[in-house]
Amino acid sequence: MMRILMLGWEFPPFISGGLGTACYGLTKALSDLAAEVLFVLPRGESELRFERIRVVTAVRKQGGRSHTYWTVDGLEHVRLIPVGAALNPYQTEAEYLEERRRQETGRASTVKEGGAAAMPANPNRPTRLGLMSSPNLYAGDLFGEVHRYARLVSEIARQSDFDVIHAHDWMTFPAGLSVAALTGKPLVVHVHSTEFDRSGTNVNQRVYDIERAGVHGATRIICVSRMTRDILTSHYGVPESKCRVIYNAITINGEPINHPFNRIEQNDKIVLFLGRITMQKGPEYFLAAAKKVLTVMDNVKFVMAGSGDMIRRMIELAAAMGIGHRVTFTGFLRGDDVDRIYEMADLYVMPSVSEPFGLAPLEALSHDVPVLISKQSGVSEVLTHVLKVDFWDIHEMANKIVAVLRHPPLQKTLREHGAFEVRKFSWSDAARQCVEIYQEIAGDRR
Amino acid sequence: MASVCFYFQVHQPFRLRRYSVFDSEPNYFDDFKNAEICRKVAARCYLPANRLMLELIRRYGQSFSVSYSLTGVALEQLERWSPEVIDSFRALVDTGQVEMLAETYYHSLAFLYSREEFRDQVVAHSAKISETFGVRPKVFRNTELIYNNDLAHFVQGMGYVGILAEGADHVLGYRSPSFVYRPIGADRIALLLKNYRLSDDIAFRFSDRNWSEWPLKAEKFAQWVNQVNGNGYLVNLFMDYETFGEHQWADSGIFDFMYHLPEHVLKQADNNFMTLSRAVQTYAPVAELDIPHMVSWADVERDLSAWLGNAMQSNALHELYRLEEAVKAAGNPQLLHDWRRLQTSDHFYYMCTKWFADGDVHKYFNPYESPYDSYINFMNCLDNVRTRLRR
Repeated sequence: MMRILMLGWEFPPFISGGLGTACYGLTKALSDLAAEVLFVLPRGESELRFERIRVVTAVRKQGGRSHTYWTVDGLEHVRLIPVGAALNPYQTEAEYLEERRRQETGRASTVKEGGAAAMPANPNRPTRLGLMSSPNLYAGDLFGEVHRYARLVSEIARQSDFDVIHAHDWMTFPAGLSVAALTGKPLVVHVHSTEFDRSGTNVNQRVYDIERAGVHGATRIICVSRMTRDILTSHYGVPESKCRVIYNAITINGEPINHPFNRIEQNDKIVLFLGRITMQKGPEYFLAAAKKVLTVMDNVKFVMAGSGDMIRRMIELAAAMGIGHRVTFTGFLRGDDVDRIYEMADLYVMPSVSEPFGLAPLEALSHDVPVLISKQSGVSEVLTHVLKVDFWDIHEMANKIVAVLRHPPLQKTLREHGAFEVRKFSWSDAARQCVEIYQEIAGDRR
Repeated sequence: MASVCFYFQVHQPFRLRRYSVFDSEPNYFDDFKNAEICRKVAARCYLPANRLMLELIRRYGQSFSVSYSLTGVALEQLERWSPEVIDSFRALVDTGQVEMLAETYYHSLAFLYSREEFRDQVVAHSAKISETFGVRPKVFRNTELIYNNDLAHFVQGMGYVGILAEGADHVLGYRSPSFVYRPIGADRIALLLKNYRLSDDIAFRFSDRNWSEWPLKAEKFAQWVNQVNGNGYLVNLFMDYETFGEHQWADSGIFDFMYHLPEHVLKQADNNFMTLSRAVQTYAPVAELDIPHMVSWADVERDLSAWLGNAMQSNALHELYRLEEAVKAAGNPQLLHDWRRLQTSDHFYYMCTKWFADGDVHKYFNPYESPYDSYINFMNCLDNVRTRLRR
């Protein structure tokens, strides 16, 4: 079976966004297919203390150098190698520097999770950058860190056997390219988002250059949607023949959750925004639509769950619009809180300006919540039993929100068909498609 | 002998404009789009097909006949945007070889919800046909060929001598659609059943290159017609008129096919073409048919699921007909007309989620991106009707 060097992100329970969820889902499914995955995780070691992980120190035969990795219960064919690198997939350059400044001046009372979530420091849990507190580990700016990570990964690659390199998003691309150059193994880059999605027209040239080098240096490019593929062909000059679209998926546990009593006890209808509160996610369109909805209905609450660099502006905007009392900001939610908020919601809205895929709508559907998504999302290519709207069309967004809240048969039909449709998104299908790609490019080299 | 009975359905709904919950103007219909579609279909289908039929009647005289059913809402649109089509239908009716059928003016599902409303619409339609073409319909066809025993009895009570239904397998069993039947317990009305195999060969499969019989030529089809000899006498070919030039494009050869069909059918000496009331007069019913459940000509199910298959559809219909009394009591003719135009079955067909994910014929006819959008739009219009009632 195929052996993969996977340059991924985040492992449960510390998952702060879609990229981590996707890496984990795909890796687990690959493991179930008996593919050997060597998963390199940029992370502070001390953070990985939880029950399902066992530390194993392997002594390499050849050099006799010791080599530490983790195994995880339930992931039989996966070896996890944490690499001390202060990277986090949602961070911008400015956020990185800000965080460093705070670390160095010792005023790091809170640490940003996911570049977004303000997570209170927990004395019992090492902070995200705990391992990195020694200043000599830093390599200047974010880009320096990305390249330092690449060197560390190359070290690991030198001591490991694998057939294919699979790198997720731009921060791992330099590492993927180095390892490919070093070992001659084919590189697959997996594009979960591009600089154009994250930054609109304010593209960071250095990030763009790294992405461009990655997609051009790769043997195959996995795109999470046709939309992403089209950005790569039009903005990065990648030939379409190199791209493969593999949609993300969702893990559904058992029967759909349904607690009707929760819904009945609520007086207010709840419309939910759940995601990072950043430009890319279109939070201001959500608020603008909310204001319009409130002109024709009054028993509605708009919940914005998540955090991000636009949260303060959104709180102020809601107040300025005079709808502050109808908008609740919960901050970053995790675990049970996420389940609970879905159970309370009458409608989930994802007004993203540019969403390469969009896992949250699948989560909402699997929680039996009807979904309204922007047409500027990859997931809208494959979901039919959802409402769709252009992110800028706040009039139509409000129209559809009102319709769902007013007409129970609409909710019912969306929910019934949606809960069924979401089952077609499975990680094992996605993993199988990945294996096909691995075989296509590595088959004759083994 | 075989008598070929063509019946063509001519219908165009008043499609709704995009109507949001924030709209308050009481105009619900997309005149621009409706005019555009009306003119397009007139040019591609109605005008050339009528020309063809007229030519066939001139050539074959008494031996060639066809029947039409034109909905009231289609007639209204043709009057406004393509009056030359009305003239060409008039020319056809004036030959005496063309029959006009009765149906509900608004192409509605009224029979399922209100007998009174149903009767009003059938009467209004009959008046419209007689005013436009100078003939009174004698044979009835219900919207989308929806049919059951109750409908047959009700329509018999209104004085019609014939009624049409789908010759669905689950209705006919071992029986053949090539005979005239009697609805159970009825004594004054005959039941004519669609030969769905031969009808669909023309209406759906004609230009399908994957079909083993493609390309379908008039000569081959005439042989299939002849095969009913010895096993019946009627070949009921019921279909949308838009089959010609719209569903099957002109370059598929559909007009040529129709042009040559009479020639090949009439080669067999005792074959002919008949109008539906002629068929009812000519052939006596062979048996009673008991059809207690609703059948229709839609989809493979041939039932009501295309209009009543999900919660949105039944909710929309229920809410619409709930307003009947209030709308009629309001004494506002424009409001009544608007409410009735909302009854056109197409609005509910657009809300169908049955095969939405796979994409098929439902999508082709659907002006909305999704069934959910169509429901939302419809309910917003209906909301406005309600506010007008409160005034």
